[in-house]
Amino acid sequence: MPETLVFAMEVFLNGLMAGVLYALVALGFVLIYKASGIFNYAQGVMALFSAMTLVGIMNGQVPFAHLINATFGTDLHYFGWNVPALLAILLTVVVMIGLAWAVNQIIFRHLVNQEPIILFMATIGLAYFLEGFGDIMWGADIKKLDVGLPQGINEAIDEATFQIFDYGFFIDNLDIVATIIAAALVFALIVFAQYSKQGRAMRAVADDHQAALSVGISLNFIWVMVWSLAGFVALVAGIMWGTKSGVQFSLSLIALKALPVLMLGGFTSIPGAIVGGLIIGVGEKLFEFCFGIGQCFGGFINLGGATELWFAYVLALIFLVFRPQGLFGEKIIERV
Amino acid sequence: MIYRESGDFSTTYQQDSQTFPIRFDRYRYYVLLVLAFAVVPFIINDYWVNAVFLPFLIYSIAAIGLNILTGYCGQVSLGTGAFMAVGAYACYKLMTAFPDINIFFHIIISGGITAGVCVLFGLPSLRIKGFYLAVATLAAQFFLVWMFNKVSWFYNYSASGQINAPERTVFGVPVTGAQTEPWAAYLFCLVFTVACAIIARNMTRGMQGRQWMAIRDMDIAAEIIGVNPLKAKLSAFAVSGFFVGLAGALFFAVYLGAVEVGEVFGITKSFLVLFMIIIGGLGSIFGCFAGAAFLVLLPVLLKNVLVGGLGWPTDLAAHLEFMIVGALIVVFLILEPHGLAQLWRVAKEKLRLWPFPH
Repeated sequence: MPETLVFAMEVFLNGLMAGVLYALVALGFVLIYKASGIFNYAQGVMALFSAMTLVGIMNGQVPFAHLINATFGTDLHYFGWNVPALLAILLTVVVMIGLAWAVNQIIFRHLVNQEPIILFMATIGLAYFLEGFGDIMWGADIKKLDVGLPQGINEAIDEATFQIFDYGFFIDNLDIVATIIAAALVFALIVFAQYSKQGRAMRAVADDHQAALSVGISLNFIWVMVWSLAGFVALVAGIMWGTKSGVQFSLSLIALKALPVLMLGGFTSIPGAIVGGLIIGVGEKLFEFCFGIGQCFGGFINLGGATELWFAYVLALIFLVFRPQGLFGEKIIERV
Repeated sequence: MIYRESGDFSTTYQQDSQTFPIRFDRYRYYVLLVLAFAVVPFIINDYWVNAVFLPFLIYSIAAIGLNILTGYCGQVSLGTGAFMAVGAYACYKLMTAFPDINIFFHIIISGGITAGVCVLFGLPSLRIKGFYLAVATLAAQFFLVWMFNKVSWFYNYSASGQINAPERTVFGVPVTGAQTEPWAAYLFCLVFTVACAIIARNMTRGMQGRQWMAIRDMDIAAEIIGVNPLKAKLSAFAVSGFFVGLAGALFFAVYLGAVEVGEVFGITKSFLVLFMIIIGGLGSIFGCFAGAAFLVLLPVLLKNVLVGGLGWPTDLAAHLEFMIVGALIVVFLILEPHGLAQLWRVAKEKLRLWPFPH
């Protein structure tokens, strides 16, 4: 087998793993968009905030330590205890539910019936606020997150592929775990939406607010629930990305990466988010491999690297010109 | 009390279509112009020009550009930063390639080049609408910034990857480079800002502006009543690109002097200009100025109060600034979705009747 093809296969597999993580972020978007028509730009910052909170709780950091020290001249940093990972995750979930409730009560309850673009802008404002708030609460330094997920090269795959291709694939254990967790999460969400009472109510709200209200579904409850779910998804994404590359500001930028995923898959479709994520993940890794650093066709095209920055958007843009509603989106019907 | 007028008695078409029908408004506008051109240049110093006036004037132009596209024509764009970068790099290439031509023309031509690029990225808007379009403009944002980083022709193969504005003069007075006097830079930008505002104001209340607004309100209905969506949308992209390109060129040449594209024209710049038009008011030229002034002054004020007044560390103040900007945007959207311009309109209506409530 030619060497380039083997390399390309490794790149393909890594792209698939990255795609799952994109899909995970995109999933949070889809949940909120379906139930409330809000395009939640703050999803990435929510992932960052939840990861920060998790690290802060695990390490026993004093919240707002920096602010307190600056105003009162004290020197607080840590409580001096360590919380076990599982308990810390539970506490973070509580925080995210509280956040969901606050967001709904303070912001979106007052913006019912506004135009979608106004709601979108409000989430951008929320993103800015949350970013500043997270930094003030837990500090802006890069933090290490370790909740006990396996990391490092997967020996079994390395050896198995070495025997077949004479070349061991490098695949991170974390990526495999992330894939499994993401798949489980998606499955759980679909089951929840299809078969539970709350899930049905959620779909009813997504279909028609007024009709749902008239059969006795509490819109407020559903919205808080959906935002909490999105917060939970953000937490999972935050744990994965945070373990992978540290909890830092760039984590919030994964929201921007999730946008083309959504456009490809369609804003309203959960399977769309998954498929879109995989396409983008694989596509950008392969494109970078082939044309970004010029490995295919004897380096015929070499764009000088870092094409991952824009590939997803350009792909989505070209795709949308031919299919404006995305792969699985509902057909856009416009009436005058 | 302030507005002493009794009814609307226009007897000629000229009177009927003037920009400031109320005499008081008109005089205030003249006084403001005289102040800006004849008084401010004599009293400002380096700090005021660099911290307040230059960013305010330049962001106003960018905000006018984006407001034409988003506020008047309803096409949300998140690529403003990249289009400013196009203006900046076009200006740099022109300045270094044709050093004999006056910089005034360089800046106008770079606006024109940006208009062309903007139209190119606006083409998908004919099929893609709403959020999908907003995300599609992100393609422009990331692709263009990447391109200016990677293709060394754009920064004349300099080792640092930066572009630096060489010294250029207007009427023998340097306006770019290290030798620039504060008042010269201020006046140079002011001329552009005033011209842009007048052009934009007249465009938006004429036929072109009405077509844009028809497209914004509902593009299918607009098409039925005879607005050509291709022409209307692409002209909005072109005009918007022209203004944004001007702003980018001025931002690079006059204000900063040296630019590293990823830092200066990143996605945050796109959002900043978007915030300006939301806080100022979508679909209002006055709103562009109000929003730009607000978001330029707010960080300066916060920095002076928190760091200078309370003695907080700068990073804490920066985080607090994020929180305040975010909270303000949300508060504005909840209380007054039409921004500062609407507040001003309401205040004016109240003043016309004051002190009699009916």
